[in-house]
Amino acid sequence: MDYNSLFRPSTMAVIGVSTSQGSHPANVIYNKNHLRYPVKVFPVNPKGGTLSREVLYKSVEDIPEPVDLAVIAVRSRFVPEVMEQCIRKGVKGAVVISGGFAEVGNQDIQDRMVELSRQANFPFIGPNCLGIFSPHAVDTFFLPGERIIHPKKGNVGFISQSGGVLIDQMVKFAGQGIGISSAVSIGNKAMVREADLLQWFANDPQTAVIAFYIEGFEQGEGRTFVQLVEQCNKPVIVLKAGKSEQGVSAVSSHTASLAGDYRVFSEVMAQHCVAEALNEYELTSFAEALSCYPEGSKGNVGIVSLSGGHGAVSADACAQHGLSLPSPSPETVEAIKTRLGEQVRDIVSLNNPIDLTGSVTDRDLVTTARHLSRDDGIDCILMLLLPYSPGVSADIGAKLARVYQDEGKPMIAYVPNEDKYAIIIEGFELNNIPVASSVEGAVMMAKALKRCTP
Amino acid sequence: MNEILNNIPDQGWEILEQSRSRGWVLEPMAKSFMEMTGLDIPKFYLGSSSSRAGEFLKQCKSGVVAKCVSSQILHKTEYGAVRVGIHNQDQLKEAFRHFKLLPGFEEVLVEEMLSGVELLVGAKIDYQFGPVIVMGIGGTGVEVYKDTTIRMAPLKPGDVLSMVNSLIGKDIISGHRGQQGVDMDVLTRVLVQFSHTVMEMEDRIESIDLNPVICTPDRCVVADARIILASEE
Repeated sequence: MDYNSLFRPSTMAVIGVSTSQGSHPANVIYNKNHLRYPVKVFPVNPKGGTLSREVLYKSVEDIPEPVDLAVIAVRSRFVPEVMEQCIRKGVKGAVVISGGFAEVGNQDIQDRMVELSRQANFPFIGPNCLGIFSPHAVDTFFLPGERIIHPKKGNVGFISQSGGVLIDQMVKFAGQGIGISSAVSIGNKAMVREADLLQWFANDPQTAVIAFYIEGFEQGEGRTFVQLVEQCNKPVIVLKAGKSEQGVSAVSSHTASLAGDYRVFSEVMAQHCVAEALNEYELTSFAEALSCYPEGSKGNVGIVSLSGGHGAVSADACAQHGLSLPSPSPETVEAIKTRLGEQVRDIVSLNNPIDLTGSVTDRDLVTTARHLSRDDGIDCILMLLLPYSPGVSADIGAKLARVYQDEGKPMIAYVPNEDKYAIIIEGFELNNIPVASSVEGAVMMAKALKRCTP
Repeated sequence: MNEILNNIPDQGWEILEQSRSRGWVLEPMAKSFMEMTGLDIPKFYLGSSSSRAGEFLKQCKSGVVAKCVSSQILHKTEYGAVRVGIHNQDQLKEAFRHFKLLPGFEEVLVEEMLSGVELLVGAKIDYQFGPVIVMGIGGTGVEVYKDTTIRMAPLKPGDVLSMVNSLIGKDIISGHRGQQGVDMDVLTRVLVQFSHTVMEMEDRIESIDLNPVICTPDRCVVADARIILASEE
């Protein structure tokens, strides 16, 4: 189904704004979109009149223009009627942020909404959700703009069953400089569900990576999901909640006891090349790495460090995450060695991890990265960049990024995430090289790239 | 989307039908079902005559295993309902005597002893993903070692290779320390075929254990089989 009108509307109605309570969720949504987004917003309340000097429409049907998206924030028992008005008006879809449906036992109201929307081919997100955030387009989160940290616009699509996880993950994405195409919380997912959104994001030209927070699938829905992943040429990341196994009550067979819900989920995802993030750190690292390198790699990592200790720590982490560290070819070692500056040539270690020592200069780092990039046995380079050494300049990020642009071999950098080193970090990130704020994070990014393609 | 092969003959469906009230399929019938759907089972004698079983024992050079068939015994090991390594008539008669005292005794299944790599091959109808196949290091310690791997059915040949490679005990399958390993072509054919059979019986079963499947260098033989039927609501 086409959700363009939901994710990038030109016009929207906010139904259920309060005339007396400025902090009402609907008013928050109305205000932020009215003041800060390039979408024309119409407030709706049966009382009519005005809201902050703007016309307050009594019904969505009174709005004199076509409406792409309706945000519905009225009490649950009124939602089906409002939905019927939207359908009559020809609204293209809705986000229902109201609660009070299946989650509190009002399954009948929710079923009525699904019935209406299916008959009319009228998609709706929710109910009981935060809805949609598309940078520079629309924001249906009922949280005041000044309280949220907004990630920049980018190419990661994020779908979360939980609004809380979504909003918190936005903070983490923003902190790591990860940009999103659109993010959506689906709440009770009464009509639009994970598999529907997988299809939409798979076809969305602004999205290169699709990430999910999933609590569980309905009967057979997991099978549909992985079959769609097989037809999708973008990397898919999943963070699953509810990993602990409930004991199978009456254990009838070894197989039933061994194949618990989470084990099946995890192994079937891997079978279909979905990158399963084990926690929020992996989700963040995977999203950043795959947004730069959606094509993936085989997991043969070459590490360049300025310290033996960082090399050893990263090598341990690679082993733990199933990544291999092949030795560079003799030709690569020779090519690097002959070009290194005299101050380091005799004290470096050119095995993998490569230790260029604290006496290194920008030129040595660039040379090493360039020739390691040309080694066919290495398909991803980790640059553990300790910016404390006097020979390393503030331009090193941009210089190393150029090596990637020239050679085309995926590069991942570790730079301590401090304001002082921001120019180095930006030098990488503005040139599409992912930067981790820990060694472990850099290794997780390399792990994300080791992916099969369906 | 997935082509359903017609693996299961009418007699196979009849076996499932006849077992409905019990909720699971007795071992001899479960094995007969597996044989009908293209898997290999051991040579056997089924009956209650220890002298006829004795004749069968004479044909089996490496001895036999005897198992009690009882509709009251789902997990045989826990009842002492399996005797392995029977090489002479006295051992066989003693097994028959013991089995006849067990609850729900019906018959004795006597089979040729096979030695090789013992695998678990299983299937489960998962709520979220439908039919899934489990494969791993088998035998009675299967839930102790838990060295198993899971894939969604139907399997492709490449899935079987990746399943073997993801086991801790993969070297046991490929052969190590002078032991012969498993014929990967045979194992692949068995698992792919089994996965298609499971696709066909999705609505009828809860889970299946083939444990052990004994793989010699040229055969994979279903040495025990348990089919748990879907509960009727």
